[in-house]
Amino acid sequence: MISPEKEEFVVITLNGTEVEVPNGINAVEAAALHGKEVPHYCYHPKLSIAGNCRMCLVEMGTPMRDRATGEPILEDNGGPKIGWVPKPVIGCATNVSPGMHIRTESDLVNECREGIMEFLLVNHPLDCPICDQAGECRLQEFATDYGRGYSRYIERKNVKPKRTRLGPRVTLDDERCILCSRCIRFSQEVAKDDVLGFVDRGSFSTLTCFPGKELANNYSLNTVDICPVGALTSTDFRFKMRVWFLKESKSICSESSSGCNTLVSSREGVIQRITPRRNDLVNDTWMTDSGRELYKSVQSEDRIRRPSADGSDLPLEDAISRAFETLKEKKLGLVANCRSTLEEQFLTQRLAELTDAKVFIRGHFGEDDGILLSADRTPNLRGALVAGLTNQYPAEHLNELNQSISDGEIDALLVIGEDLLESGITQENLDKISLVFMGTTQNSSSSSANVVLPGLSVFEKSGSFINRSFLLQCFDQAIPGPAGLLSECKILSKLVNLFSNETKVLSELHDVWQAMSSMEDSVLSGIEFSEIKKGAVQLDGSKWKHLSFVEKEALHHKPMDLITA
Amino acid sequence: MAKTVVLNRKPLSFSERTYLPQIVTGLKTTFSNMFKPKVTLQYPEEKPVIPNNYRGVPTLVKDPNGREKCVSCQLCEFVCPPKAIRITPGSVPEDQNDREHVEKAPQEFEINMLRCIYCGYCEEVCPEEAIFLQDVYSSSGFTREEMVNNKAKLYELGGTMPDRHYKWDKKKNAESAGNSH
Repeated sequence: MISPEKEEFVVITLNGTEVEVPNGINAVEAAALHGKEVPHYCYHPKLSIAGNCRMCLVEMGTPMRDRATGEPILEDNGGPKIGWVPKPVIGCATNVSPGMHIRTESDLVNECREGIMEFLLVNHPLDCPICDQAGECRLQEFATDYGRGYSRYIERKNVKPKRTRLGPRVTLDDERCILCSRCIRFSQEVAKDDVLGFVDRGSFSTLTCFPGKELANNYSLNTVDICPVGALTSTDFRFKMRVWFLKESKSICSESSSGCNTLVSSREGVIQRITPRRNDLVNDTWMTDSGRELYKSVQSEDRIRRPSADGSDLPLEDAISRAFETLKEKKLGLVANCRSTLEEQFLTQRLAELTDAKVFIRGHFGEDDGILLSADRTPNLRGALVAGLTNQYPAEHLNELNQSISDGEIDALLVIGEDLLESGITQENLDKISLVFMGTTQNSSSSSANVVLPGLSVFEKSGSFINRSFLLQCFDQAIPGPAGLLSECKILSKLVNLFSNETKVLSELHDVWQAMSSMEDSVLSGIEFSEIKKGAVQLDGSKWKHLSFVEKEALHHKPMDLITA
Repeated sequence: MAKTVVLNRKPLSFSERTYLPQIVTGLKTTFSNMFKPKVTLQYPEEKPVIPNNYRGVPTLVKDPNGREKCVSCQLCEFVCPPKAIRITPGSVPEDQNDREHVEKAPQEFEINMLRCIYCGYCEEVCPEEAIFLQDVYSSSGFTREEMVNNKAKLYELGGTMPDRHYKWDKKKNAESAGNSH
């Protein structure tokens, strides 16, 4: 693991050139910082060092000193004499120290790598044509980069079980395993669910679950990601698509307020899998299993695919004007959503200001697992606070709205995504009002709505979320939405235009951002759209310190009262 | 600037002006062919002999045990320059006795013969020696759908080919012979 003293720099000699690296990092990372690859299997930057794959062997030496006097011993040419360690050392467990010499490209190192590769491939099956890891397999890559290119092994290879079920989502192919123990260390150290271990000896060593246990925790699929070979495979993705066909888009997990950075892999507009993307501020290299299944909602049965008004389909433009007709000159209420992007919430607020609508918003809560699944099951509750939709912490119900409808204070409602019956609105009250629903999936609100405007799922649009630590992160569109539909942002800006009687279009994200960053006394003022495109932006959340956020202390997250304390 | 050179042509001689020597030379070739063996084929009644290295319609083959060799690795789909190949991969259930040790096989395999350019890259790239451009050269149909060869059609066209490896048998032997865990 990288040591915490990152600020200090030391000078080491890497392949004969002096370079500056942070103190305390290991030789693998130090070499990587300067463009030299040290191949490794068992080393993972976010796990403890095991040092059992021996692939990262490098030569290491330090300037020699006279034992008696402590004076540096010099070569004939006046340079310091280097005392090379007689045998190569493993780079992952060698931390740099001032003046250290490291060789990653010498003949000895190359021979070591060749030898290690040969041993690793001795019992490895020739499974690449059917192996899901092919194309992103470290063993394949290093075999071509550092292997000898042909096999001298003529004996019969070991036969091991090919499809062992380790848990509901993970399948193990024992023949492919190279015993790096990354999955075991992950289960122990990150998931804190110690269920995996090696049994038997020598070439019979096998990864297995402890008797009576299975790899069923909500982080089990991370073992598949960190597996350097194709031994651990995702049961969902197994044999579904070869990875070289996949287009990867940067996204943010919308499962909870932790805001895991993800990569959405799709082929020809169909999402095939979701994997975590490394972000040391948020999720390291992990994400939940439940978050990986969210893509299934894109193709779900109850997806709204066509705009409709009073039960009949019509073009989106007409539906938007019908929505305007339905809502205008009424006592309007607005149900905003914590799952909307920040841009959508900003436009919702703009719409509320224009129409003097009362804004209601509800939260969705669950158990906090203390890692990456936070108690707040919406990705952008803090966005609603920042956009000014509400000053209070959203409750899990909309009783206030129910009361307002009963009292006749509201007779028209624009609902974004929320299920009204579930939020505590009575059916009787629903029937009383004119209702416009905008969302992706059918629910009680859409079935009693006068006008239904279909929205796009988080994979079909771009936008930004503010996570539990007030980190503003943006995500890209991964796949195109259903034909003929527009993003919520565009629909909202069209509604804003209709209500304001202007033609100023805020349809593109950078236009919205321009409006947002030019707002005064907002935490967003001065933030450029291009800035958040580059990476996460830390916002100042101290304005909302008094609110009782539900998130517990978790991976890379400290609740605000703990930070100040 | 290019200079135009005018070449003076020799005037035709008398015999050349009669055209007779040229006609005789031509007729000599015509008549000599009357006594040579016939090379014209009465296609489609007569079919040409196809050489072994001919690149005809791509087909899927089975090994002499009648097992399908393709494991749907999708390398042919990847390498196909006109994107004529489309594979839906599928997994083979463990309990199928006739397909022991086979884990993966195509659920559907389509080659669009309207797109195929007969380049043979698919045959070249196949790691399982499952796809071959054989001697079928005339494929025709009345609709576009007919011109897309599906998995059943491809196996029908391909038939069985001699096999050097017997991969699935090898796997079975390895398991029964020991080293098994």
